[in-house]
Amino acid sequence: MSVPAERPLAAAGSPVGDATIGKPPAAGLSLPAMLGILAGVCLLWNGVLYLTGLWAPLWWLALFVDFVLIVLVAERIGRNVPPKRRKLYERTLAFGFPVLALVAWQLIVDAGILNPLWFPQPTRIAAALWDLTVHFDRFSGTSLLGRPWLIPWKFESDGWAGVWSLFAESHVWATLGRVAAGFVIGAIPGIMLGVVMGINQTVRLMLDTTLSAIYVLPKIAIFPIVMLMFADPFGEGPKIAVVALSVFFLMAINTMAGVRDIDPVFVMAGRNYGARGLPLYRHVIIPAALPVIFAGLRLALGTALIVIISIEFLRAKQGVGYMTFYYWEVLNPEKMYAGLVVVMILGVVLTYGLQWLQKKLMPWARG
Amino acid sequence: MTETNARAPETAPRIVTRNVTKVYDTVAGPMVAVDDFSLDVADGEFVCIVGPSGCGKSTYLRMLAGLDTHSSGTIQIRPGSDPKKPLNSVVFQEYAVFPWKTVIENVAFGLQMRGVGRAERLEVARYWLERVGLRKFADYYPHQISGGMKQRVSIVRALANDPEVLLMDEPLGALDAQTRIVLQDELLRIWEETRKTVVYITHSLDEAILLGDRVILMTAHPGRLLATFHIGIQRPRTVETLNTAEFAELRGAIWEQLGREVTRAMEMQS
Ligand SMILES: Nc1ncnc2c1ncn2[C@@H]1O[C@H](COP(=O)(O)OP(=O)(O)OP(=O)(O)O)[C@@H](O)[C@H]1O
Ligand SMILES: [Mg+2]
Repeated sequence: MSVPAERPLAAAGSPVGDATIGKPPAAGLSLPAMLGILAGVCLLWNGVLYLTGLWAPLWWLALFVDFVLIVLVAERIGRNVPPKRRKLYERTLAFGFPVLALVAWQLIVDAGILNPLWFPQPTRIAAALWDLTVHFDRFSGTSLLGRPWLIPWKFESDGWAGVWSLFAESHVWATLGRVAAGFVIGAIPGIMLGVVMGINQTVRLMLDTTLSAIYVLPKIAIFPIVMLMFADPFGEGPKIAVVALSVFFLMAINTMAGVRDIDPVFVMAGRNYGARGLPLYRHVIIPAALPVIFAGLRLALGTALIVIISIEFLRAKQGVGYMTFYYWEVLNPEKMYAGLVVVMILGVVLTYGLQWLQKKLMPWARG
Repeated sequence: MTETNARAPETAPRIVTRNVTKVYDTVAGPMVAVDDFSLDVADGEFVCIVGPSGCGKSTYLRMLAGLDTHSSGTIQIRPGSDPKKPLNSVVFQEYAVFPWKTVIENVAFGLQMRGVGRAERLEVARYWLERVGLRKFADYYPHQISGGMKQRVSIVRALANDPEVLLMDEPLGALDAQTRIVLQDELLRIWEETRKTVVYITHSLDEAILLGDRVILMTAHPGRLLATFHIGIQRPRTVETLNTAEFAELRGAIWEQLGREVTRAMEMQS
């Protein structure tokens, strides 16, 4: 009895339910109001903790709650951002948060909650970075960037050789050169082998196991062997070679996966419309595999940086890794951190370069 | 059922398929996809193949296009007098429009592979895009256009290539009813001008009768020839043909015979 009685009830109820569900979420408060509430709540939370003396022992909890509060408010704001302001909103989140994190770091160390010897304040790291940039280290004959402001002066006195000597003293250019050379020397043959392995089953069956085994081997472990293969074991050769090797294996395996994943109907269409041999690669196989190839290149870039920094830790007289390790040895944490910052900047800049290249080579990619 | 073909060709058939069988080697053992299938297509003939899903229509078309091997039998497309003309161009069921090329580059692709100069092939491509109402989208990438538009791009890519034989695998399959009718009309008009040899796969018996000189019915799994119907409806046809008494009569007759064929096929199987 009750079952049929419920049906009309539910039916009668549904329009009401729809009306409530269909309503947009209560139109958000204005932006300043939201930010005001956020500031107020944060201040209240941190203030209460501070006044009760709990902030210092519970600083991580305080920051975590602040983080959650910011996320909640940012989500609210994000829901009502007009499409025109969307970019600005996203930028603010992407760059605003790291700035906030740095400020928090600064305050915590200033307050003596964390030891400045291990976690020097961001301002002191920045100062150290500036110091490294403008000063020439007489002892090792190096500088961070190679003092580019001296280029006109050096060019006048010593010509191109003088300019070159400036580049040669730079840690950044030393690292960048090794990464770039190793990257190019490793990636191009790696991609080519990967394409062949993706297409040809015989080659794939013969090489796949070996390649996978070598791929998982930490390349730094073969550095000593590679050193012995070069006439000058302490020169640039072995360093570049190890970067190239790690990039090579990664790119071969990635590209192979990308080529194998190509929808066969594209290859069929290519062949049916007369693409054979090289044109088939140029017009069908390579473009179809490009997204995966670029994903591989990004991974390879990270790997290349890891490898070169480790090698510079171990055995180099120059390079950002060497510099970082050197300042650790002489217990100068600000400059050590400055070295890490430089590595990060290198990573970001190189990733952007790769993205730029991807946009150029893959104009069809979405977004 | 009228046995009189509109244009009985005297010359040798353009396509010869004799006792073709396709067996796929699967993990579960051999799987017969197409069984003892024979079909000749005359020059300039429009043949429609209708059959249930999975009966091997696409497999047959791929073998015809030389994109897949057959296990036994013979398949031949007779080359035309112009050696430069491609033998066949396929409109794939999955469109297979290249996502990395713009719409117009896709349409001009076959010509590009044949070494036709840039200006000329773009002009040809533009002409065909105009005919299917895609001129405005020439420089779009496929991910920026709808599925139905991609299907049209895939159709004109084949037409722009000007092959001896057009092989079309459910080219209007994913379109809404209105666009479908418009494009059926356009296809009829294009065929009337070009008189290409066409093998056309469709799920719709109406579409097959409307477009084809001959309708081939295939059995479900494995794909065999079930029945052949000659369609004698006067050319030129338009979508208006769908409303004529002649069409209705023909469709009724086919359905009637089809019912008998299906019953017979089912009895044979049991
Ligand atoms: N590469 C393959 N390996 C094994 N079996 C296959 C392969 N390709 C197709 N088949 C099988 O062959 C049969 C016929 O497939 P086909 O794609 O030709 O069907 P179809 O008639 O085109 O169907 P639809 O109307 O759904 O497109 C199906 O049972 C399918 O599973
Ligand atoms: Mg199919």
